[in-house]
Amino acid sequence: MATRVLPGGGVPAAARRRRKKLTFDKVSFMAVFLGLPLVIYLVFVISPFAQAVYYSMTSWGGYNNNMPFIGVANYVKLFQDDIFMISVRNSVILAVFLPVITVILSLVLATLVTIGGSSRGQIKGLRGAGFYRIISFFPYVIPAVVIGLIWGQIYDPSSGLLNGVLTGMGFDGLKSYPWLGDSRTAMIASMVVIVWGFVGFYMILFIAAIKGIPAETYEAARIDGAGRFRTAISITIPLIRDNIQTAYIYMGILALDAFVYMSVLNSTGGPGNSTLVISQKLFSTAFAKGQFGLACAMGVVLAALTLIFAGLVFMVNRLTGGSREVNE
Amino acid sequence: MSLKLSKKPSDTLGHVNRKAQETAGDKVVAGISHTMLALWSLMVLIPLAWTLLSSFKTTSEIFASPFSLPKHWSFANYVSAWNTAGIGNYFLNTVIVVGCALVIVMVLGAMCAYVLARYAFPGSRAVYYLMLAGLTFPIFLAIVPLFFILKNIGLLNTLPGLIIVYVAFALPFTVFFLFAFFKALPSEIAEAAQIDGAGEWRTFFQVMLPMAKPGMASVAIFNFLGLWNQYLIPVAINTDPDEKVLSQGIAAFAGQQGYAVDFGSLFAAAVIVVVPVLVAYILFQRQLQGSVSAGTMK
Repeated sequence: MATRVLPGGGVPAAARRRRKKLTFDKVSFMAVFLGLPLVIYLVFVISPFAQAVYYSMTSWGGYNNNMPFIGVANYVKLFQDDIFMISVRNSVILAVFLPVITVILSLVLATLVTIGGSSRGQIKGLRGAGFYRIISFFPYVIPAVVIGLIWGQIYDPSSGLLNGVLTGMGFDGLKSYPWLGDSRTAMIASMVVIVWGFVGFYMILFIAAIKGIPAETYEAARIDGAGRFRTAISITIPLIRDNIQTAYIYMGILALDAFVYMSVLNSTGGPGNSTLVISQKLFSTAFAKGQFGLACAMGVVLAALTLIFAGLVFMVNRLTGGSREVNE
Repeated sequence: MSLKLSKKPSDTLGHVNRKAQETAGDKVVAGISHTMLALWSLMVLIPLAWTLLSSFKTTSEIFASPFSLPKHWSFANYVSAWNTAGIGNYFLNTVIVVGCALVIVMVLGAMCAYVLARYAFPGSRAVYYLMLAGLTFPIFLAIVPLFFILKNIGLLNTLPGLIIVYVAFALPFTVFFLFAFFKALPSEIAEAAQIDGAGEWRTFFQVMLPMAKPGMASVAIFNFLGLWNQYLIPVAINTDPDEKVLSQGIAAFAGQQGYAVDFGSLFAAAVIVVVPVLVAYILFQRQLQGSVSAGTMK
């Protein structure tokens, strides 16, 4: 499943026929259709990536053209910087926990929606599935900034919704507990917000993938006597494994970024830097302190972490037998 | 699968009613499922409903109790957010930037994807992997050089500068999705158009692009959401107070609110930002749900 389509696989015979004549129509077509998007893309996306790697090895201050090349000194400096290392630790914590929690929660909800229906007759989803699907997707369409703002108010110690509900339920000790202002809970409270924002999206993704599995497969499993739980574990998860992997990697990339949520919830990095992440540190190093070379080095560290994360997920999936059993 | 012999099979003489009976186990499972899904839906809806409710309250009412209803249902907070906080101005900027960027990226992305999908040329694989790199690497790696590229060409802190950066960063996703879409379109149709005398340009705009409409629609929705919600890019390269877009405008509003507190207006501003996207989503949700897997599986 999910066969990767690569370019250049077109019909060779047709291509050969076409290559003979180079008319104005053809040349202008290729120049505009391929050239224009590519130029924009190379100038504004690829070249900044490449430049960042070079700048990371200079002590560039940004506002003049004086860029002394200093090799890996920026990286050495970063790894000796305690606050930067705290931000790395926090980003890694997010990358470890957020994908697991989000993927499992959305997978459970998607399974309930799709195969929670009757065990007799046609395979079908739960009644009212459409309603749950639409509601669950709401947070994904809300701008991350607004999600952060709303939750910032919910966590407000005195007038927030959360403490209002908790004291209403009798937890009077939490009357003015600062969820985001206490280093013990700031990180967890922030993670809850990000999970809240993304579960719906992945739930929809998994529902679509599960619906792509032919009903005959489920019918066969049912005839063989598999219950719902067994079906979910032995049929659904192996068959949508590629989707789970993609979702996991996307969520990891998001978790390593997390800039918007973290900077809106706790703009300065939280109590004792407990919610400071690499992206926040990078932003303030570049645009508040003007240390652009150092900031680019942080960007490279972040990119490296992203690639390592994606590589690890691919490897674990491969080692545990992913995509093999499905293809056979 | 099911043969529709008559409209109401149960009325047919001698027809056995084969509607599946629900077992007790089914009812338990359905009950548990409904409970869990309903709980999650409440988790989603309560914060939103609370925001809506608070947007009608005065600041002192908000401080008095998180649950109380507003004494007077008035739109004073909305008026104040729209005018004094400048949300109206940010709204206009956002519409301009997102509208222009969306049109440009859809046209350029469709053209690029079409060429990649239909023509074999040296370097097409390289282009494909460049696009993949753009999807994988964090924007944060690019943000500092991007700032200076825009500064050097004089587009820093301008709406055109923001538009072109939006286009560039939305391009890889657009190309990826539409690539698969154009690949799936039958090439015989393009060939037929060319035999009938249509040039490359005409074949694309009059034959192939209209056929790709469903794919274009769902990519456009995702791009709209992504660009409307974009925060990092404008915060870094568009810092002129007059040119701000909604997401950074509301963040700045909240920042300045911290001490001078007009929370009612803050909630109203949040509602103003959320409502357009929520309405767009509810209108197009069918289209979006069908395409979500195709869009992310690549």
